[in-house]
Amino acid sequence: MKLLFERSVAGRKQTIFPDLDVPEATFDETLVRQSAPRLPQMAEVDLGRHYTELAKQTHGVNDGFYPLGSCTMKYNPRVNEQVAALPGFADIHPLQPEETVQGCLGAMHELEGMLAEICGMDAMTLQPAAGAHGEYTGLLLIRAHHLANGDTGRTKIIVPDSAHGTNPASAVMAGFTVVSVPSDAQGGVDLDALRAAVGPDTAGLMLTNPNTLGLFDPNIVEICQIIHEAGGLCYYDGANLNAVMGHARPGDMGFDCVHVNLHKTFSTPHGGGGPGSGPVGCKAFLAPYLPNPRVVERPDGTLAFSCSEQSVGKVRSFYGNFLVAVRALAYILTLGREGIPEASASAVLNANYLAHFLAEAGYALPYGERCMHEFVIDVGPLKAETGVSAMDVAKRLLDFGVHPPTMYFPLIVHEALMAEPTETESRETLDEFVGLMTGILKEAHEDGERLHSAPFTCPIGRPDEVKAARKPHVRYEFDEEG
Amino acid sequence: MGSYLPETDEGRAGMLAALGLTKSDELFSVIPPEVRIDALDLPEGRSELEVVSHLEALARENRHFDVVLRGAGAYRHHIPSIVKSVTSKEEFVTAYTPYQAEISQGVLQSIFEYQTQICELTGMDVANASVYDGATAAAEGVLMCRDRRRNEVVVAETVHPDVMTVIKTYCASRDVPVVTVPATSDLMVDLDALRAAVGPTTAAVYVQSPNYLGIIEDMDGIVAASHEAGSKVVMGFNPIALGILRTPGEYGVDVAVGEGQPLGLPLGFGGPYLGIMATTKALMRKLPGRIVGETSDAEGRRAFVLTLQAREQHIRREKASSNICSNEALCAMTASVYLAAVGPEGLAQVARLCAGHAHYLAEKLAELGFAPMSDKPFFNEFLTTCPVDAHQLVDQLAEHGILAGLPTHDGILWCATELNTRAEIDRVVSVVKEVCDR
Repeated sequence: MKLLFERSVAGRKQTIFPDLDVPEATFDETLVRQSAPRLPQMAEVDLGRHYTELAKQTHGVNDGFYPLGSCTMKYNPRVNEQVAALPGFADIHPLQPEETVQGCLGAMHELEGMLAEICGMDAMTLQPAAGAHGEYTGLLLIRAHHLANGDTGRTKIIVPDSAHGTNPASAVMAGFTVVSVPSDAQGGVDLDALRAAVGPDTAGLMLTNPNTLGLFDPNIVEICQIIHEAGGLCYYDGANLNAVMGHARPGDMGFDCVHVNLHKTFSTPHGGGGPGSGPVGCKAFLAPYLPNPRVVERPDGTLAFSCSEQSVGKVRSFYGNFLVAVRALAYILTLGREGIPEASASAVLNANYLAHFLAEAGYALPYGERCMHEFVIDVGPLKAETGVSAMDVAKRLLDFGVHPPTMYFPLIVHEALMAEPTETESRETLDEFVGLMTGILKEAHEDGERLHSAPFTCPIGRPDEVKAARKPHVRYEFDEEG
Repeated sequence: MGSYLPETDEGRAGMLAALGLTKSDELFSVIPPEVRIDALDLPEGRSELEVVSHLEALARENRHFDVVLRGAGAYRHHIPSIVKSVTSKEEFVTAYTPYQAEISQGVLQSIFEYQTQICELTGMDVANASVYDGATAAAEGVLMCRDRRRNEVVVAETVHPDVMTVIKTYCASRDVPVVTVPATSDLMVDLDALRAAVGPTTAAVYVQSPNYLGIIEDMDGIVAASHEAGSKVVMGFNPIALGILRTPGEYGVDVAVGEGQPLGLPLGFGGPYLGIMATTKALMRKLPGRIVGETSDAEGRRAFVLTLQAREQHIRREKASSNICSNEALCAMTASVYLAAVGPEGLAQVARLCAGHAHYLAEKLAELGFAPMSDKPFFNEFLTTCPVDAHQLVDQLAEHGILAGLPTHDGILWCATELNTRAEIDRVVSVVKEVCDR
């Protein structure tokens, strides 16, 4: 497919802007750009068709089943998009006087309250722009807490080996070193290893519960106790909150702070990689450290921004991805008290249903069939038998218009396929997926060799990633440069 | 109660039965009873109609201004109609990060095109697929310049205050000292103070040009002073200004960062926005975030993939260059469509309109006694004195549907874009005159 630059023809243009209606402002020669940027020169029709073609080569939730584990690719309701586009939200300047933005502050305040209730926390901030950004923010709160207590020796964050890669990376950005603890045979945190890991240098623990194996850690209360008794704090990575919302709350399990992913649990779209939103919640004792500013209610009932001197500062300009927050608010208002637990119950049911029938079809489930919202298939046994890997199975799925499960994660299962169907899929969709996976299993046994070259019907075959990394070609090279 | 579940109660009961279960509660039996809850304290769910009404009512509580003369990091520009049309395509909206390249060539190619456009816009060698916003781009930009010997950052006090705070936050947690450099009386970085601040441990100097107060900084002087001391330079830019103004690449900076919101994104009460990052070939492998590269498949067909992933958290975990995972991909696509729609000529034209309108507004306001607080060149923002009470002025302009400049630094920071036509400015000026005459 042609690139924008290959479609560009000198002189073609769109008439977006009028002529100057005032005298031109002139600048000294030393301040002006020397050569024009080689941006595409295209008619509107050609630009529109270019992107229509690109859209055809893009797979979104609306194109088909998307059981990408730990990403919660649930349906993105259209009404969310409609309300986020209201000019009364979309066209509001972030530095307007407070009395002219009571609606925005109201939306933020309402969403913060609902998220705090769902998480069992006392205070929230909407400022972090994504999940990893939320992790970083939460860890800054933990750091600020220890420093405020003069506890400068707490430099280590404990992270289970099943954790998302962002956890250790966030901990380092927040100034900590990382201690990894192994999982036990059941996939939970190894309590003995945890007890051995804690000490006077423990700043805290980061935990996803249910974890990336889709397993709820039954020892969660004890885990938090071990950390607290050592003087550390507990951080809940909310990436998998969709499994338990409305049934159990991180705050009640013993966690001190949490981030949630509005673009996972709360139905806002992923946009091909973003924008997301990663609000952070905390218990009252951490609230003074939350990023500035926070929305507060004045005695007269109006809302205002307020800054705390103990705050960790700011992690983003203004107040976060506000229009994403508006979408999440619409979603929570829609589901409400009964709909939230029903959504998670259905997500868990769908995952268990899928796990059961995939096991019945012959796939290995190293941690058993019972799971929360997601589960991990181990393609290891199939690979030993037929040579067909997790990658091969995933790539073959592409031929059928299905986005494969997350591959090779968590790292503790070497040939992992991590599947999360979400609650917005019907039984037929799950049955069809089981049918596809059964067919692939059959193909693996009949002609495993062939699957190494899957997919067969996509616009491209498997790209050469080694070449891409060895000889990075990360921008279009114009002809005149040779 | 609203719901997006396709299965009926009966359907779910059938699925439970297939698993040998009767109640979905059994699926939660692993959760210790002491942490189970009976119900959330939330309102009952609502229909779509009720949700829309509720949010429309909230939106109406905001004041939507007809005329906006306030920028300070967020700008109301015209958004070409094709931009919204392209970026609301459901495939783009509802896709995840393009991990499966074979079914994601559309989104991968669009990022590759965006990276190329950003290189062209900034004059730099390589751009990433975006970070959260201009402030985090600046923070990541200074942090990527560190090496074994240099672990200190110098920041000009003329940068956007939010950017300053975010840089300080990011640096504090990594024990990176931040030294600030004051402004001169003409609202530019004090070059002598900068020279004194930059030393053998300075990793990066961060400046923004045009700066927070609108003034175009002496980038040549800043780059020379920084490079002489062995420090790298990170420059914050306004992407619209680069339609006519000299690029970061032409100044020879090491990292260019910018808030991409002016490129087709609505004000949105502050977000989502777009963090633009571009750098030199030498620093490419220190750039955080996703980067798309071109390669080929086994049959030699052109293919795009996420590349140089050895920098990233999902491979490197605690050794990653940043923790960033989700970025602002759809906002990057928005910027890309914007730049393709306006083209090189349109970008120069919108820059001329912004600068022309701002200079016209400045001239008219000066006639009313709003004196410019610097006589140095500016692009589309400028600080003036305020001969009347600033907050009264803001209130009274608001009554006429006008969002005045931002009261700050003992003056008012004004902004004009292509939307503020001559006729509109004339009307604003007559209202300002009325206020002054009162």
